[in-house]
Amino acid sequence: MTPAPFATFALVGNPNCGKTALFNALTGGRQKGANYAGVTVERKEGLADLPDGRRVRLIDLPGTYSLRARSPDEAVTRDAVLGRLRDEPAPDVILCIADATNLGLVLRLALELKSTGRPVVFVLNMIDIAERQGIGIDFEALSRSLGLPVTATVATRRRGLEALLDIAAAQAGAARPEADAGWREPSSADVRDAHRQARDILRLAVRPPLRPDTLTGRLDAWLLHPVSGIAVLLGLLFLMFQAVFTWAAPAQDLIEAGFGALGAAATAILPAGWITGLVVDGLIAGVGSVLVFLPQILLLFLFILLLEDTGYMARAAFLMDRIMGGAGLHGRAFIPLLSSFACAVPGVMSTRVIDSRRDRLTTILTAPLMTCSARIPVYTLIISALIPDRTVGGFLSLQGLVMFGLYAAGIVSALVVAFLIRKVFWRGGSEPFMMQLPDYKRPEPANLARNLGTKAWAFISRAGRIILPLMVLVWALSTWPAPPPGAEGPAIAYSAAGRLGRWLEPLFAPIGFSWEMVVALIPGMAAREVAVAALGAIYAVGGEEGALAGILARQWSLASGLSFLAWYVFAPQCVATLAVVKRETGGWLWPSIMFAYMLALAYAAAFLVYQVAAALGFG
Amino acid sequence: MPQDARMAEDPTAFRLGAAHPGDRGVIVRVLAAPAGPSGALDPEELELRLLEFGFVEGARVEVLHEGFLGADPIAVKVDDMRVALRRSEAMNVILAPEAA
Ligand SMILES: Nc1nc2c(ncn2[C@@H]2O[C@H](COP(=O)(O)OP(=O)(O)O)[C@@H](O)[C@H]2O)c(=O)[nH]1
Repeated sequence: MTPAPFATFALVGNPNCGKTALFNALTGGRQKGANYAGVTVERKEGLADLPDGRRVRLIDLPGTYSLRARSPDEAVTRDAVLGRLRDEPAPDVILCIADATNLGLVLRLALELKSTGRPVVFVLNMIDIAERQGIGIDFEALSRSLGLPVTATVATRRRGLEALLDIAAAQAGAARPEADAGWREPSSADVRDAHRQARDILRLAVRPPLRPDTLTGRLDAWLLHPVSGIAVLLGLLFLMFQAVFTWAAPAQDLIEAGFGALGAAATAILPAGWITGLVVDGLIAGVGSVLVFLPQILLLFLFILLLEDTGYMARAAFLMDRIMGGAGLHGRAFIPLLSSFACAVPGVMSTRVIDSRRDRLTTILTAPLMTCSARIPVYTLIISALIPDRTVGGFLSLQGLVMFGLYAAGIVSALVVAFLIRKVFWRGGSEPFMMQLPDYKRPEPANLARNLGTKAWAFISRAGRIILPLMVLVWALSTWPAPPPGAEGPAIAYSAAGRLGRWLEPLFAPIGFSWEMVVALIPGMAAREVAVAALGAIYAVGGEEGALAGILARQWSLASGLSFLAWYVFAPQCVATLAVVKRETGGWLWPSIMFAYMLALAYAAAFLVYQVAAALGFG
Repeated sequence: MPQDARMAEDPTAFRLGAAHPGDRGVIVRVLAAPAGPSGALDPEELELRLLEFGFVEGARVEVLHEGFLGADPIAVKVDDMRVALRRSEAMNVILAPEAA
């Protein structure tokens, strides 16, 4: 029997204080993420066991500098601490997590938390770094002047965790009845006053470092330098793309082959008929189409986590802020947009780092324009079928150029769309860009592995929950009704999807799509790359890509092919992305807007491309 | 304008938003003024955010780096913490050279 938790502890702290690492260390694997009711902020909670066997519930609140809320995330922190959330009673104890090497701002936060009347424990995390730097912290004096119990931890090495839980447990139940009455929105005079108090405490209890960190300054001289800083950033991006697209390939091939073999085995075992279709083309292919992206996503997350854990990510945001700012995007939008090159789903999920709701929405709306890896199979197929394999200008491959052009079209259009959103819809000024540049740190492998696992699982469960049922639906739509006996042509032409495709055909005629192309778009809604398999089914060549490219080369005009490519750059061909956008924005409004604008853009772009190409004689 | 008058009291005072890498000083005043023509925040909100980030009277500030386009944003050290911010917001932070 596992005991029920007897108390709730809430983790509060400045960004970069190691709160996530501490939460992970305290809860181990026993945590879950969900949204707070009514808001789109992730609620992270988990369980931890005290040394005496009792159990507590831990909630990890978004990092903040103040209880005064500036973003939806910070509003959640405030409301949770004050017990104002509908589905979350006020915590029994607040754990105020501090970066022991950087106490200036967190002392003020601690004083503010104390004013709520709830018991607060002041946790000096990263005490190992503070010791290494020779920062002298007088715990006794700190505790006395703050009026709070003080304890120290090293989250990444799991040091000090038991003591922390013990001290916090002793505080549980000590809440003053009038809790919450003590806190009010601080004025600028209050903040100034609290700073003065914090400075006095610092002077009393903390001796400045004997061996201050000089590495950060030396690295920044290179990494924030106008020339070498940009060079390093571009180099890192190049390395990351290299990794995501080449290093992941063998693993992806393996997964594809594995699911192919599984499908073949299932076909051999199962009785012929629709059951086989459901299992092989629906379920197995569905799971496979999610998992095949896992190697890329893992590599991408690994890179991003490394950049975050070392402290570099804030520097990247600094370097990119002006470029992104020109298009009306926040410097921090850089990370989500980068992730979107692998897949827009994790990209949209990582927009949480952006404080301002408007900046966040702009980023969410433009993220799917980045060329995600699910578009690549479609691009490759059409390019290999229709673009001649020759070199231009002596050494450039024409096929490579077209591929590059498609990527560039995505990036440029994202910047233009962001710019328009800013100019047309949110004419208000820009949110301030203020961000701490944390000290550089050596990443901890164990911490890294744990975070990677959490992120990968979030992707699989979210994308899988949508793509899998959709694959089954698409399979059903393209299987039934079955063709009448003795019918000519591919079976899919008689199915619901085939009929829908034919019915929609007149709508797509101006952009040069044949009914076969329209039919392929329908399964492509489940996941973009499924359109390739659908084309295989329609032209009845199965999975052989070479054969399919041959048929396309004969049956499609160059104008139609280019139009199809243009469509794929923009079209909202991914239900998983739309579903994640709904989840992150808390309603159907924004996914609808996204769907509409991307559809309009896709149609316009394909129309333009087709008409121009046809006029030039490529129809 | 009152803030200019305040600056006039101390002829050596300068705005963080106009400072360059290597410049250093002590904050003598944090203003509640809008951040240039494009600031979205009302002045009090901006003042509070600056204060919460440690830009408070008496804090020591050193400009470390600037961006490569338009020298914006800037990276500064406030007491012991490194912070990046845009020049338009940094205009509200008035520094005076530290008395040697
Ligand atoms: N040396 C050391 N590093 C830590 C400690 N706690 C966290 N870190 C590192 O600090 C960085 C930021 O931690 P994270 O948990 O992401 O911070 P958060 O922004 O507060 O959630 C990561 O690289 C962690 O590995 C600690 O106690 N000691």
